[in-house]
Amino acid sequence: MQPGSIRLNTKTSFTKAMFAVVWKDLIAEVRGKELISAMLVFALLVIFIFNFALELDPKTRSALTAGILWVTITFAGTLGLNRSMAVEKDRGCLDGLLLAPVDRTAIYFGKSLANWIFMVIVALIVLPIYSILYNTNIISPALLLVIVLGSEGYVAIGTLLASMAVQARTRDILLPILLFPVILPVLIAAVKASAGILNGFPLEDLQTWFNLLIVYDIIFTSVAFMVFDSVVEE
Amino acid sequence: MKKPVALKVLDIVTIIALLGATAMVFFYAPIERVMGAVQKVFYFHVAAGWVGMLSFLFAAVAGIIFLVKKKKIWDLVGVAAVEIGIIFIFINIVTGSIWARPIWNTWWTWDPRLTTATIMELVYIAYLMLRQGIDDPERRARFGAVYAIVGFLSVPLTFFSIRIFRTIHPVVIAGSDPTAVGTFDMTPAMFQTLMVGIVVFSILFVDLVWHRIRLGQLANQVEEMKFNLQD
Repeated sequence: MQPGSIRLNTKTSFTKAMFAVVWKDLIAEVRGKELISAMLVFALLVIFIFNFALELDPKTRSALTAGILWVTITFAGTLGLNRSMAVEKDRGCLDGLLLAPVDRTAIYFGKSLANWIFMVIVALIVLPIYSILYNTNIISPALLLVIVLGSEGYVAIGTLLASMAVQARTRDILLPILLFPVILPVLIAAVKASAGILNGFPLEDLQTWFNLLIVYDIIFTSVAFMVFDSVVEE
Repeated sequence: MKKPVALKVLDIVTIIALLGATAMVFFYAPIERVMGAVQKVFYFHVAAGWVGMLSFLFAAVAGIIFLVKKKKIWDLVGVAAVEIGIIFIFINIVTGSIWARPIWNTWWTWDPRLTTATIMELVYIAYLMLRQGIDDPERRARFGAVYAIVGFLSVPLTFFSIRIFRTIHPVVIAGSDPTAVGTFDMTPAMFQTLMVGIVVFSILFVDLVWHRIRLGQLANQVEEMKFNLQD
């Protein structure tokens, strides 16, 4: 390098850019505490509504727990996804991100990873609360694995659709309508696997559902990765 | 923009073919021994389902081509296919219900095929709502293409997920499940009627897509004219 010349590092590495986006989201969340608190309060409200709507009692609830858990996670998830993209859009942060000389899919993976972390955190708080409220222990490593796998597929396609929804006129109502019919396969596999675990089936019997979850995660992540560029290009 | 002669001819061919297919269903195909006349719903039920699936495949392919080539025409093809697909899958679901009422003794069951068809319908209604919510035509086309691809990918996965449970829907072509309710063996006349039905509905599909694309082009022209008038 010639003396006095400025070394222009125009290409930031993919992982570095991705973790920069994740880090930005985590810092913003630690300082603002908007997203997780909203998701959490909403999740608790959903559980309470289920409690009254279904009159949960010890006999019926064991069969329902998996369903209630996933409906709660799904609904709280849409709230988080919407918010996470809306803050980017509102003050032109998304344009700033897109102007950065990095691979745009790094931004997508960064946002997805951050959303994934938020969803898992919410689930980690909801599970013990649910256990206390209904006086049973539903926490187990297998269930946590299902939640981690299920929410990965959910945020993979959710982040993509949320970044479309926030650019629409009807953005507040659009995301759940776009997301729920598409995310159904992941939801079915996750609910079935969770129900099996909560009923104490041996893990070998649930192998199919775990495999399906992993396959769906891979498919949804790679498709979102391929089309994300056309969602944000202007 | 005058209506092309080829389209006029196709219109007439479609009408005649539809009448012919209907006549075949009523007069050529024999009455099924166990189920009786209600089985005749089957020919148009399968044909409509076929056209619906074909439309959504078209929409997904048009979406991919649009994202690569960025030509406006592929967006028009996509919308045309989705709108037509929604109608035909709706026909498919309704005719299925009419058949299921006497045969399964219920309008609806949570069978994989029924559930998947309805979810598919919801995916594409969401597609139309997404388009409605976006004003910029270029962005609307891009997002429509992306959602058509994602939606088309998700539908078979949904089917597969539910399929792991036992199904009662009869599989008449290739394969027989002894637990299915309302299955039957097709006679040659029935098979011919079904095939004619599928071909005729495919012609109808081409005709409708053509009309819808033409409508889209005309709408674009009107929009351009309005824009020019404002200057």
